[in-house]
Amino acid sequence: MPSPDSGTPAVVRPAAISAQGWGWRHAGRTTQAIHALDLDIRRGERVLLLGPSGAGKSTFLHALAGVLGEEGDDADETGSLLVDGVSPKAQRGRAGLMQQDPETQVVLSRLGDDVAFGAENLCVPREEIWKRVHEALDDVGLRNSASGNFALDHPTSALSGGQKQRLALAGILAMRPGLILLDEPTANLDPAGVLEVRDAVGRCLDKTGATLVVVEHRVSVWKDLVDRIVVLQPGSSSAPGGSTPGVLLDGDPDTVLAQARDMLTAAGVWVPGYVPATRPRSGTAAGSGTAAGPGAGSGGELLLATQELAVSRERPRRRGFKTIPPLPVQAGLDAEVFAGQALTITGPNGAGKSTFALTLAGLLAPVSGTVTAAVGLSDGAGTDPFKWKAQQLISRIGTVFQEPEHQFVTGRVLDELMFGPKHLGHGEDRVDELLERLRLGHLVDANPYTLSGGEKRRLSVATVLAAHPRVLVLDEPTFGQDANTWAELASFLSELLDAGTSVVSVTHDQEFSSVLGGTEMRLEPSFQGGARQEAGAA
Amino acid sequence: MRETLTLRGNNALLTRANPLAKFVSVFLITLVLALSIDMVSASTALLGELALFPLAGLTVRLLWQRGWPLIIAAALGGWSTAILSADSGRILLDVGIWSISEGSLQLGLGFMLRGLAIALPAILLMSCTDPTDLADALAQKAKLPHRFVLGTLAALRLVGLMAEEWQTIGMARRARGVGSHGSPPQRFKAMLGQSFGLLVQAIRRASRLAVTMEARGFGGGRRTWARESTYSRLDLWVLAGGLFIAAAAVLAAQWAGTWHFVWLKQG
Repeated sequence: MPSPDSGTPAVVRPAAISAQGWGWRHAGRTTQAIHALDLDIRRGERVLLLGPSGAGKSTFLHALAGVLGEEGDDADETGSLLVDGVSPKAQRGRAGLMQQDPETQVVLSRLGDDVAFGAENLCVPREEIWKRVHEALDDVGLRNSASGNFALDHPTSALSGGQKQRLALAGILAMRPGLILLDEPTANLDPAGVLEVRDAVGRCLDKTGATLVVVEHRVSVWKDLVDRIVVLQPGSSSAPGGSTPGVLLDGDPDTVLAQARDMLTAAGVWVPGYVPATRPRSGTAAGSGTAAGPGAGSGGELLLATQELAVSRERPRRRGFKTIPPLPVQAGLDAEVFAGQALTITGPNGAGKSTFALTLAGLLAPVSGTVTAAVGLSDGAGTDPFKWKAQQLISRIGTVFQEPEHQFVTGRVLDELMFGPKHLGHGEDRVDELLERLRLGHLVDANPYTLSGGEKRRLSVATVLAAHPRVLVLDEPTFGQDANTWAELASFLSELLDAGTSVVSVTHDQEFSSVLGGTEMRLEPSFQGGARQEAGAA
Repeated sequence: MRETLTLRGNNALLTRANPLAKFVSVFLITLVLALSIDMVSASTALLGELALFPLAGLTVRLLWQRGWPLIIAAALGGWSTAILSADSGRILLDVGIWSISEGSLQLGLGFMLRGLAIALPAILLMSCTDPTDLADALAQKAKLPHRFVLGTLAALRLVGLMAEEWQTIGMARRARGVGSHGSPPQRFKAMLGQSFGLLVQAIRRASRLAVTMEARGFGGGRRTWARESTYSRLDLWVLAGGLFIAAAAVLAAQWAGTWHFVWLKQG
C-alpha cells in the first residue's frame, strides 16, 4: 500500500483516539491489565499519562501501536479502542512507538538504514525514503546539528543512549505517523540524554502537529511540552465488574497537578518541585555536613583505598605470546572509602564511573595501580578484593547492579534473600528484618522476575545486604525509580551509614547524593583527566 | 566482538562486489573440494584463494585473528589423519602405536590442505562482505523471504550485546557469591546458572526488539528497499574467478591423476 502522503513533505494528519469501556487481559493472567477505560484524545493533543505501576499504561500504548498481539490466544479484550475510528491493528504505520531500553529501539546496524526501516515496511518509494531519512535525521539533531552530525553509514552501536533514542524517533518520523507513543523514553538516560530526547520530541511535534501520548514518571521533564495530563487508576484495585472508572483525573497540567498533588506524590509520581522526605543523617545537618574531617562523625575507619588505579571493562588480550593490556577508560584514580561515610561517584556518561566502581568492588581486575582492602575489611582474606573468592567477597563488599535482574540467582524471593546467608552459614536472622524493612514480606513466594521495577530494586539491595558487607557499592540505584522507592532507598541507606556501613554509589542524582552526604568524586570522560577525590561535604 | 562484524575501513575491491556473486563463487569452490580427497586439487584451490587475499583487503595477520580456530582444526585434522590412517609406503616415524608413513602423511596433508581450502573462502567472504549488504542481496536478488532475512540481521546485532551482557551477568553473580571458583561440577553449575541468566535477558531483549520492529510496520507481505542490491561488471569477474579456481582444481588433479571421488573406495 503506498503511503497516502508520499511526495508532499511533512504532511501529517494527526490521529484521534477513542477508548470506550476498553479493557485488556493478557494471556495467562486472571485480572485485566487495564479496565473500563473511557478516554478521548483529540487530533494534535499532547497527553502525559500518569498512574502507579500496574495501571496498564504500557498496555494502552502497545494497543494504540497495534502490537498487543491477537485477541484469542487466551488474551481478552473488552470494549473498543479506535484510532481515527479504525482498529489500530488495521493501520500499520499510523502510530510510532518508542520504548524504554535504547538498545532494542535500534533495528539495523547503519544509522541511515535504521531510519529507513519503517518507511520501507510501509512500501514508501525509494527516492521518497531517502528524502524522509535526511529530513528526520535533521529534525532529531543527528545530522547538520550541534548535537550530532553523523554519516548515513555510521554504526548505530557507537551511539550513546540519548542518541539511540533520538535515532528511534527519527525512524518513527520517517513513517510520518499521526500518533507518537513514548513509553518511558528517558528512564534509562542520564540527565543530558533526557533533555536531548525531550527537546527533539518537542521540535518534531511543533513541526508535524502529530498527536502525542507519553508515559513517564518524571513529570517535570514533560510538563511544559504537554497540554493535558491523564491519571489512570491502578488496574488491580478496579475489580472486573466494579464501577471504578479507568481514568482518575484528567485536565490541563497545572490543574491536575494542583488538584492531585498529594495523591500523585503518594503514588510515587515525581511531581515538579517535590523532593520526597527522607531520613536525615544523624550528626550532620541534612547532609550538608559539618566542617569535620575524616575520622569525625560515625567511625571513619579506612576500609578500602585505591592508588594510581587505571580501569577498563576489557580484559587483556593475547596476541601470540604477548599480552596486551586494554586501554583504560580512567587512570590515576586515588580514592578512599571510610566506614560510615558515603562516597559518590559522578560525571557524564562514558567517563568510566561504573567501571571504576566495579573495580573498587573487586569484580574487575585493575589495568594498573591497586585496590587495597584495610585489615578491618579484609579480615584475613588478603588485601586485593579481586583475588577474594566470591563468598569472601560478599561478606565484605556488596555490589548492587544497575539492572536488578542480572543478580537474581533463584526463582523465589525468599530463596533469593536466603542465598547469601545459606552459603556463608550465618546471617539468616537478618533476612526477616530486611523483608520487613524493605516491604517485601508479602512477596516471599513470588518469582523475582515477576516483580515491579521498584520491588526488584528493593529486593536486589536486600539480597546483597543479607550477607552483611561492610562496604556497599551501588550502580545508579535510583535510575527509573518512582519517588516512593527513591525515598525508601535513600532513607534506608542513610540508616546503614549511621550504623557504620560505607556506601559507594555511582549516580547522576544530586538529591540522592545530598541525602547521603559524604564526599563526591567527579570523573571526566577524557582519559587524561584522572580525577581525585575532593573533600566535598563532611 | 562488535568490531569484527563490521567492515569499516576496508575499501578493497571485493567489498564492492554483490554478496550473492561472492556467495555463489565460494559455493562452487567448496563444492568441488568436497568431491575429492587429494592434495593436488586442494593445493591448487588454496593457491588461487591466497591470490585473492589482497583483493578482499585481508592480510595474514587478519586471517589469523579471524580464522585461527578453523586453521588449528585443519592442522589437527591433518595430523590425526597422518598418524591414524593405514600405513603405506616407507615408514617415516614410528612411536609405539602411532606411525607415519609416506602414504598416511600424504593423506594427512591432503586432509589439512582441504580443510584450509574449504575454510578460507568462507573467511574471505566474511571479511569483505557486510552482513547488511548480504541480507539486501539475499532478500532482493535471491528472493529469500524478507521477514526471515531481516529478522536474522536484526538478531545478529544483539549477539554483540549478548557478549557484553555475559560479562556483566558474570560479575553480577560473583557479587551474589556465585563464583568461578570450586570443583569442576560446581563451576559447571555456576556456568549453567549464568547461561540461564543470559537466556532470560536475551529473550527479553528479543521480544522488545520484536515489538519495535512490529511497531515500525515490519511483518507485512510487501516492502520497498531503500537501497537496491545491484549487479555490476565486477560480479561477472567474481563468478568467473570462482569458476576458474574450481575448474583449475579439478583439471590439475585429473592431470596429475590424483582426482578421487570421496564416495569411491580408496584404491
